[in-house]
Amino acid sequence: MNILNTKSVILFAFHICNIISGLLCQEVLAGVVAIVSKEAVQHQGITLTMEGIVNLQLSSKSVGVFEAFYNSVKPIQLITSNIEVVKQGKVPGGKTEIPFEFPLHTKGNKVLYETYHGVFVNIQYTLRCDMKRSLLAKDLSKTCEFMVHCLPQKAKLQPTPVDFTITPETLQNVRERSLLPKFLIRGHLDATNCVITKPLTGELVVESSDVAIKSIELQLVRVETCGCAEGYARDATEIQNIQIAEGDVCHSLPIPIYMVFPRLFTCPTLETINFKVGEFTCNKYKSNSATVCGLPMADRCDSLFLCRV
Amino acid sequence: MAAVQWHSRARRYESELQSCGLEVAPVEFSDYHPLKSITVTDSKSRRGARKGSTSSSSSSSSSVAPDPLSSMLDGTDPLSMFAAASASESPPTLSQSRKRREKEDEVGVDFEPWSSKRGEILARFTTTEKLSINLFMGSEKGKAPSLASSAVSEKVRTRLEELDDLEEGSQRELLNLSQQDYVNRIEELNQSLKEAWASDQKVKALKIVIQCSKLLSDTAVIQFYPSKFVLITDILDTFGRLVYERIWSMCSDPRPLPDSFTADEVNDTAKETCLNWFFKIASIRELIPRLYVEVALLKCNRFLTKCGIQETVPRLTAMIRGIGDPLVAVYARAYLCRIGMEVAPHLKDSLNKNFFDLLGTFRQIHGDSVQNQLVLQRVEIPVYLTLYSPAIHWILQCVSYRAPEDYINCAEIWVEFTCRHFTKREVNTVLSDIIKHMTPDRAFEDAYPQLQSVIRKILTYFHDFSVLFSMERFLPFMDMFQKDSVRVGVCLSIMDVFIKHQQEPTRDPVILNALLHVCKTMHDSVNALTLEDEKRSLALLINGFIRMVSFGRDFEQQLSFCVEARATFCNLEPVLVQLIHTVNQLAMETRRVMRGSHSRKTAAFVRACAAYSFITIPSLTSIFSRLNLYLLSGQVALANQCLSQADAFLKAAVSVLPEVPRSISIEGKLRSSEGFLLDFINNFLSALLVVPDHPEAGVLFLVRGLLNMVQDYTWEDNSDAKVHVYISALPLLAAMSQESYLYSIPKVDSNETLYGGDPKFLAEINKLCETLIGQVLDHLKTLGRDESIHRQGSLAFSLFGCLLAHGDLRNNKLNQLAVNLWNLSHKQGYCNTRTSVRTLEFIKHQAQQPDMVHLSDVLHRLTLQSRT
Repeated sequence: MNILNTKSVILFAFHICNIISGLLCQEVLAGVVAIVSKEAVQHQGITLTMEGIVNLQLSSKSVGVFEAFYNSVKPIQLITSNIEVVKQGKVPGGKTEIPFEFPLHTKGNKVLYETYHGVFVNIQYTLRCDMKRSLLAKDLSKTCEFMVHCLPQKAKLQPTPVDFTITPETLQNVRERSLLPKFLIRGHLDATNCVITKPLTGELVVESSDVAIKSIELQLVRVETCGCAEGYARDATEIQNIQIAEGDVCHSLPIPIYMVFPRLFTCPTLETINFKVGEFTCNKYKSNSATVCGLPMADRCDSLFLCRV
Repeated sequence: MAAVQWHSRARRYESELQSCGLEVAPVEFSDYHPLKSITVTDSKSRRGARKGSTSSSSSSSSSVAPDPLSSMLDGTDPLSMFAAASASESPPTLSQSRKRREKEDEVGVDFEPWSSKRGEILARFTTTEKLSINLFMGSEKGKAPSLASSAVSEKVRTRLEELDDLEEGSQRELLNLSQQDYVNRIEELNQSLKEAWASDQKVKALKIVIQCSKLLSDTAVIQFYPSKFVLITDILDTFGRLVYERIWSMCSDPRPLPDSFTADEVNDTAKETCLNWFFKIASIRELIPRLYVEVALLKCNRFLTKCGIQETVPRLTAMIRGIGDPLVAVYARAYLCRIGMEVAPHLKDSLNKNFFDLLGTFRQIHGDSVQNQLVLQRVEIPVYLTLYSPAIHWILQCVSYRAPEDYINCAEIWVEFTCRHFTKREVNTVLSDIIKHMTPDRAFEDAYPQLQSVIRKILTYFHDFSVLFSMERFLPFMDMFQKDSVRVGVCLSIMDVFIKHQQEPTRDPVILNALLHVCKTMHDSVNALTLEDEKRSLALLINGFIRMVSFGRDFEQQLSFCVEARATFCNLEPVLVQLIHTVNQLAMETRRVMRGSHSRKTAAFVRACAAYSFITIPSLTSIFSRLNLYLLSGQVALANQCLSQADAFLKAAVSVLPEVPRSISIEGKLRSSEGFLLDFINNFLSALLVVPDHPEAGVLFLVRGLLNMVQDYTWEDNSDAKVHVYISALPLLAAMSQESYLYSIPKVDSNETLYGGDPKFLAEINKLCETLIGQVLDHLKTLGRDESIHRQGSLAFSLFGCLLAHGDLRNNKLNQLAVNLWNLSHKQGYCNTRTSVRTLEFIKHQAQQPDMVHLSDVLHRLTLQSRT
């Protein structure tokens, strides 16, 4: 992350050497602040500020648009810390690197949640570096996000395979079931307890279908729940839609189900007093030829529990 | 023994035949007959009208009865089969396998590269129909005017469509593009990909590649699809190379990575970048672009983990199952196989899996979706199927590359499929492909069992040998069997099938040449170590072949075939015997065609046949084969009015007689040859009846010659064989003295005509008979002295029977001799009373004949000794 200050020709940068991977750990955030300048730079002190914040936003679907805008739940601060790296003085010309280390001490009994960027829930950790300067010169500032990953869970995860069958009868949100063409799709997911770094796997077999299949898709849906004074707001958003079959696939031939969980948009299933993220479900879509049924048909599947191993 | 006087009884063969012949009863052919071969013949459907002639149809199907033992073995005996198996199973030597392993990691120059196929596909799959293309709008805006000018008729329609993945953007559908326009557009995309990459617009580059890959899910203008595949995979290749080189360059600090780097040597930044690419690809919504782009970046897995490629390829292989359109799927497989071969040629399993998945989904072609599409696009099925050929060819090339073993195992199965469902042309193609794959490095040496199985399968389905041998590659295929035992085994199985299934004799030069070659191979395998059994089974098959060769009326051709065959098969005696029989048959056939009277030309021909036999017979080692063939050929020569040839044969037979050993080996055991010799002599004697005397030799020259040989032959001690021969000669001599002979040969004058009942001739015969009887009586006397009374009795009875049947008993001396013989035979009481009684009854019956009254006198003097 670089900023080029054209006036004073100061290259001011820092980088973090590690990704934090501890919830209650004694891990430190380490890195260097780099200052590159032709001439010596006079400054009033260089400070580093670390902050961890949970932002909750109410969906306009659950409460009104305005209410959603105004009644944003107050951000929850998980961690904040400020240190002075260099006291007021002068940085010589050339490239100067100042190493730093930050202990991660949480406020009170708060725990550090894993970095997560959702629609209604955001958990973000930032590190800001400021260089205060005299009145004539502008202050320099640089912000950088750092990732926190949960510590791998100690317990061994038992695979929980699940079989499923999709027929016209199992479909949800269908009005005229009798108009649907007959079909039978069987399959299984290798596990509903998934390791977030490993793909979701399984198999699916089209046993029979009256009409030609156009597409079979796998939809990953994220459910976020926010708690506020009025109660809970629960919102589901599609994060990823993966086509696993295109066209009229061969019947009775197992087709693999394979989906990589997208980084940042997924996180281990997490439940707290104020919010809940990472409750995922996996839908399978089957689109048939439009002559019979114009709408895609979706079959709801079991919710997934994600964790990090 | 001048006391004995011989007078032959005059015979009236005709009336005798009528009086004593059995009543002829017509035989219903449809009746059960114990000797009839058990052959189920559906005569109703084949020749319903021919009732009562089913015997011909029942025998026609059993033209050659194959040896049941050799047919059980299916051409190869179990021992040599084991030997072949163990030889092929012997593990490759260590150095060999190591060398192979070293080679496995990269594709050699012997792998026909994709670049050589590319141009061919582009030239072959073209279209004149209008194409359309969906384009991502990036830097295109600037180029739009030039495009419009280049194709005036082009109707450009722009529509906004939400892009599913990555980013929203505008998409434009270009319609009515000619093929060249289309190619140009793709090339432009290729250029803009490079430009985007060069200007560090990685996301845009990825978008272009995704857009391009999407085009491959579109099968409109299907006949252009293979070319489209080529064009678009070019872009994917470029992209794959760019990404790989970029990540590679990230690792060049402090020094560039070696070519054979491992994931451990890659720094974290490069790994993170690489991982990022894969995450991006994994989130591509549509199956086909996701698949193609991931395949394009397959090589980048090397940066992440050691076994990344190994794990990814099977997953991608399975992923292709999700593609419903079989044509799209097969090309996706071809691309995966191509990149797989470039990156990890040792991953054979996935290549095979692709191939088997391809077979498994082949039925999709006949599904409604495809059929509807073809109807819409007005494409015929044969044309449609040719669209598959580049992809399938490529997949097979990958599967078969440096995998003769895998290859041959597949080919072995394929050939059956081909045989069952296709014609010889396709089978020929498969054969030529097998040859192509198995010839380098003499790979066939390790695959004899499979190659043999290929032959067996072909033979199971192709019984028509003219079809079989008209396959150009069949004989070259045979040439791969270079190990003698295997080669002979294959030849055996071919001949076996030929004999079982060839119904009609053939003169097809293709079959004859090929089978002569096959038989020669079998024959040439015979050496000093070959077992008798093996020789016999080889000879049996070759004989079967010879019997099936017929040039129809072209007898001379047939004879020259036999000459050739004799030269080719000189080491197998049964074959030579068969050839002599064939030539004799040929002579008789000529006679039949000429209705017994030869022209100058045919006469010369039958003499040539006789000459053939005459010079072939001496090369046989079996003495009885020689004797019997001399006799038979002599008879044939006689039948064809070749008198001097017949004389020569018979003389030769007589001159060979002394060579007959006292014991011969039969089925590995030493047996006395006496019985065989007696049989032959009796046979010979009956033939002599019709042989006219040579004008320059004496009267009864051959009979005398034979009897002299018999006299000089060293018979077994204590054997009556010689005397039996003498007794057997009497009926011949009696028959010779008749006015008209029992049988004769048309157009050949026998002695009856030559001498016309000349008294001198008759006297000569009688003298000879008397000498013979004298000899017999002398022998009887010697027997009386020994403990061999029993033999004396039976010999005496034989002579009595002979006198009774052939002698004129009105002559007192003969009459007396007969009575004496009777008494002698009954003296010791060893004779069979039942036979004696029946003999007396016969005499009584005979005595009632008008000329035989004298027999009643004899009867009175014959007393039957009753046992007390």
